[in-house]
Amino acid sequence: MSFAPETLKPPAASVGVVGWLRQNLFSTWYNSLLTVIALLVIYVLVSGLWNFVTTADWSIVTANMRLFMVGPYPVEQTWRVETSVLVFSFLVGASWGVWQGVARSAALLLASILIAAAVLPVSESERFWFIGALVLLFAGFAVGHFTKPRRLLVWLWLLSLPVVGLLLYGVGGIPRVPTDQWGGLLLTLTLAIVGIAASFPLGVLLAVGRQSAYPAIRAFCIGYIELVRGVPLITVLFMLQIIMPLFLPQEITVERAVRAMVAFALFTAAYVAEIVRGGLQSIPRGQSEAAQALGLNSALTLLLVILPQALRATIPAMVGQFISLFKDTSLVAIVGLLELARIANAAANQPEFLGNLAQVYVFIAAIYFILAYSMSYGSRRLEKTLGVGER
Amino acid sequence: MSTPPQPIIIARDVHKWYGQFHALRGVSLDVNRGEVVVVFGPSGSGKSTFIRTINRLEEHQKGQIIVDGIELTNDIRNIEKIRMEVGMVFQQFNLFPHLTVLQNIMLAPTWVRKVSRDEAEARAYELLKRVGIAEQAKKYPGQLSGGQQQRVAIARALAMQPKIMLFDEPTSALDPEMIKEVLDAMTDLAESGMTMIVVSHEMGFARSVAHRLVFFDSGTIVEQGAPDEIFENPTEERTKKFLSQILH
Repeated sequence: MSFAPETLKPPAASVGVVGWLRQNLFSTWYNSLLTVIALLVIYVLVSGLWNFVTTADWSIVTANMRLFMVGPYPVEQTWRVETSVLVFSFLVGASWGVWQGVARSAALLLASILIAAAVLPVSESERFWFIGALVLLFAGFAVGHFTKPRRLLVWLWLLSLPVVGLLLYGVGGIPRVPTDQWGGLLLTLTLAIVGIAASFPLGVLLAVGRQSAYPAIRAFCIGYIELVRGVPLITVLFMLQIIMPLFLPQEITVERAVRAMVAFALFTAAYVAEIVRGGLQSIPRGQSEAAQALGLNSALTLLLVILPQALRATIPAMVGQFISLFKDTSLVAIVGLLELARIANAAANQPEFLGNLAQVYVFIAAIYFILAYSMSYGSRRLEKTLGVGER
Repeated sequence: MSTPPQPIIIARDVHKWYGQFHALRGVSLDVNRGEVVVVFGPSGSGKSTFIRTINRLEEHQKGQIIVDGIELTNDIRNIEKIRMEVGMVFQQFNLFPHLTVLQNIMLAPTWVRKVSRDEAEARAYELLKRVGIAEQAKKYPGQLSGGQQQRVAIARALAMQPKIMLFDEPTSALDPEMIKEVLDAMTDLAESGMTMIVVSHEMGFARSVAHRLVFFDSGTIVEQGAPDEIFENPTEERTKKFLSQILH
């Protein structure tokens, strides 16, 4: 060590806060000018928004909270939605305890939303549920932190979606609530989650089929992808509302919300397929050659070697597509479903709240933003986690 | 050896075209069990293409290839059977970057040979020790040097317990200081009695390890023989010229 040349510190003007400011904001006179103008614009925007948020009358939002959350879901059955929230709160808390990382961010976000909701002027019974969810979240954290049931928790998550779905829909002795009566954030989330969960495997299959050795499969996949990508989502939504019943025997009626889910899944699958195809093409040929040379058949080569690499490479584009699916769920308003955006419109038309349009839209925009940004943030964390030490 | 040597690879009049380009023009070569054959020749002479036909990474369009008694045809079961018996090491290593070194080696034995995880892991460690990098087992390929990656690739191929090992220019993508560690691993393998076909221009390795040298040019075998013969008295003009160019 003593033979090493003396290491010098960089000059003070190029490091630290002063150095950063000088380098990035005030390096030349016109940069300084732009900085000042930008600061003014930011000030005007932020103070304007702050004034609006603090002075506006938000009773339209608090009075209609139930509507925003579940829409026309029957009041006496709301306990099922609340129970679902409790289940997920517990699972999120447990995931935080087990995995930290992204689960921790999700848990803290959920906790702050629950606290904010409990502080708002909502009814006593609603406040009771919010606090209950909060308690379960931290109970989940404690359980997860001390027992670390990794495998069990993965199974619980996979199981929770169908179980909660059945609870909300009604099974056995619980009265049925058809999905057409679901609304608000509940419907928005259901459409998005089912759409994502169904379009992802479908899209992967289409992408793999597009590279199949069999011309018939290849042609079908290419035809499907190009056809669906060539029409607007709104026509797919309408088509499924109108055409799907024509193809099914008369005894079977499919609920409108389910038809919308099918539409989202079929539509997004085509885009997912093209994203996955890009990922597949980015994997060098040597990878499949090496797998084949080891004796892996083509299915194992795809599953164990090609897809894991290809899918990791497509995370950013894939999440972008899913965020756009999430926001596009607002289009189901035109086929008569009462999802979040449609509820906002309805609320603003209530006679006692006329003129409160801005509050409603700021509120639902905030909901969309928080959820979309969470997806985006989660995907970046996932990329980092999966990218550790590779290449 | 008391019994007459038995060819484990038999290639008869093998032809291969890429579109109009005639890449292999009637290659015939027998390789005996335990024999180490080094194939060399100018780039584009078809030597890599030829060894890639032996495990059907390239399809031959005319002629006959029989590996360990099984003829290579379009029958996928035959191809998979042969690929289990023939290991291959590539110029670009082709390790799976999303798996650790250990997982790279265990993948094929557990999924193709259905070996238990514990057994596969024990054998993987044994092989890594043999190529001298047991301490890197938990790392990802991207964290290793080229020479280490190529040794992992050798271990990965050996994990399937192949009867034949094919090497396609295994040291061509390596920095000079890493070539020796890979050649040492290959020498060790040759001494253990493995049947090997090595496409390489490492003439030092060829002279000391190979039983036979095969010179390829323009899709055919121009000349073959024991290393001393080829180095001291090549009979063909093209061989002489090529050797003078690479031996400086």
